Amino acid sequence: MNIIVPIKQVTDLVEELEVDASGKDLNREWLKYKINEFDDHALEEALCLKEESGANVMAIALDSADIEKSLYTAAAKGADKLIKVTGDFGEAIPSHVAAKALANVLESLEYDLILTGVQAADDRDGQVAVLLAHYLGLPHVSVVTGVNLQDGKAIVHKEYSGGLMGEFEVDLPGVLGIQAARQTPRYAPVSRVRQAMRSTELEEMPAGDVSVAVGTTVQRMFKPETSDGAQMIEGSAEDVANQILNILSERGLKQ
Amino acid sequence: MSQDVFVIAEHLMGNLEDVTFELLGKGRELADNLDGSLVGVLLGGGVEDLNRQMGKADKVICIDHEQIAEFNPDSYSKCLMEVLKTHEPKVTLVPNTSMGMDLAAALSVDLDLPLVAYAVDASAKNGTIAVTSQLYGGKMNVESRLEGDRCIISVIAGSFSSEDGKSDNVPEVEEVSPPDSLTDLKIRFKRLIEPEAGDVDITQQDILVSVGRGIQSEDNLPVLQKLADALGGVLSASRPIVDNKWLPKTRQVGKSGLKVKPKLYLAVGISGAPEHIEGMKDAELIIAVNSDPNAPIFDYAHYGVVGDLFDVVGQLSEKLKG
Repeated sequence: MNIIVPIKQVTDLVEELEVDASGKDLNREWLKYKINEFDDHALEEALCLKEESGANVMAIALDSADIEKSLYTAAAKGADKLIKVTGDFGEAIPSHVAAKALANVLESLEYDLILTGVQAADDRDGQVAVLLAHYLGLPHVSVVTGVNLQDGKAIVHKEYSGGLMGEFEVDLPGVLGIQAARQTPRYAPVSRVRQAMRSTELEEMPAGDVSVAVGTTVQRMFKPETSDGAQMIEGSAEDVANQILNILSERGLKQ
Repeated sequence: MSQDVFVIAEHLMGNLEDVTFELLGKGRELADNLDGSLVGVLLGGGVEDLNRQMGKADKVICIDHEQIAEFNPDSYSKCLMEVLKTHEPKVTLVPNTSMGMDLAAALSVDLDLPLVAYAVDASAKNGTIAVTSQLYGGKMNVESRLEGDRCIISVIAGSFSSEDGKSDNVPEVEEVSPPDSLTDLKIRFKRLIEPEAGDVDITQQDILVSVGRGIQSEDNLPVLQKLADALGGVLSASRPIVDNKWLPKTRQVGKSGLKVKPKLYLAVGISGAPEHIEGMKDAELIIAVNSDPNAPIFDYAHYGVVGDLFDVVGQLSEKLKG
């Protein structure tokens, strides 16, 4: 069983985000990046499957700032192979371009299952998992929270609203957009990441022709309006608590 | 190509989802501005009753067949591909839901049409389509303009009024047979799994203390449980807490969890990603406590507190006790 896990980095959303001078993109000068949390869950699920029934897990990512750190972290956690896809992508890579680049590289690789994050905070033109599946002509299920492998097929749980789930049987190879792994993604200490940098080979493969039309252009980026935002309660923790309790009393919400 | 606007209907357990009406309402506005028709597309088995509810549309194209009674990413994208290939609508609106996610991007690749995802607004002025997407966990909006003639837009549920999409009119219904390609499916629907009963029903509570990633550790849950008890409410949570198994799935508020409308929603350490907002923005009173002054939750809360959430939670519990 060969499992491929495409990962990417997104801006750390804890940071304050600013619009750049063009008015169309983030000011990226001071931005911190981290692995897309859903990709981290996809990697975790792949590693759980490996531990359960044996598999080769390969993490693959498009070249971008600091991506090697995320790849080596994947190796430190248990990924067997790393691939960096090289090409002239720029900083804000549209999902269609990313999916096409991954599809080009994957055509020369052998695999049974592709697990990647169901979405990312910046995929304006759609989710990579489904785009990739259709460039490769493979079946796909998104918003997956459970994966079991049986007789060369994947039995997956897909989340709907209201806590409902659909169960599907998917022929392999297939692509699953992972919402959450079966357990909290594991942590790799820095010492293990450093060790992985020395012991794991990072293969580079060119993206090939990624000239797909996104078909829309960004006109502007702006912070959502906050005019009818919250009335802020200020003061010491005690003052704040008193004010909240007054609000609750006024509304008859205090027992 | 036509100037028509198509809305892909979504239904679950025999009911049209609210988002379908939201899209019909918005779709009506777009179709009128484009001088096109509004067409609903409904896939399912035994769905005549649902057709009739889509009177806001001029017409409903329906594939009603037992083979597609249940949603399946493979069969549903194949059916929609045939419909969209035949009719070539200018705009296709798809819900950015669990089901819609498996359809919108699939259609974009297979029909070579641009896709704009996470839409919270869309307009058609002088024939130009502009779409506003909510990105970066709700911290930034991005306005995109369509370059070509046609596109697919996937819309975040809760972006528009569902009342605007309801009508007593009875739409014309065009029945279509399922395509031949359904004989060769790579995905099979097995069953629908309902949530485990037994836990409290958070949709029936007056007071929810809802916790998010900001509580940092499972070890901090008892402190918040104490506050919930003191307020006479129960704990609910955003997705990361449930993904980490700190609280059961039955407590999850948001897109893949439950929609709640309590009298008090006290959001502690919840940043307010769009998926979460979808599930709680109609609460009567929302008070948010978060250490990040830029957290999107403050755009939806009535009252906000920026600061150390444990200090505030501790003081609240203390005062409620005394």
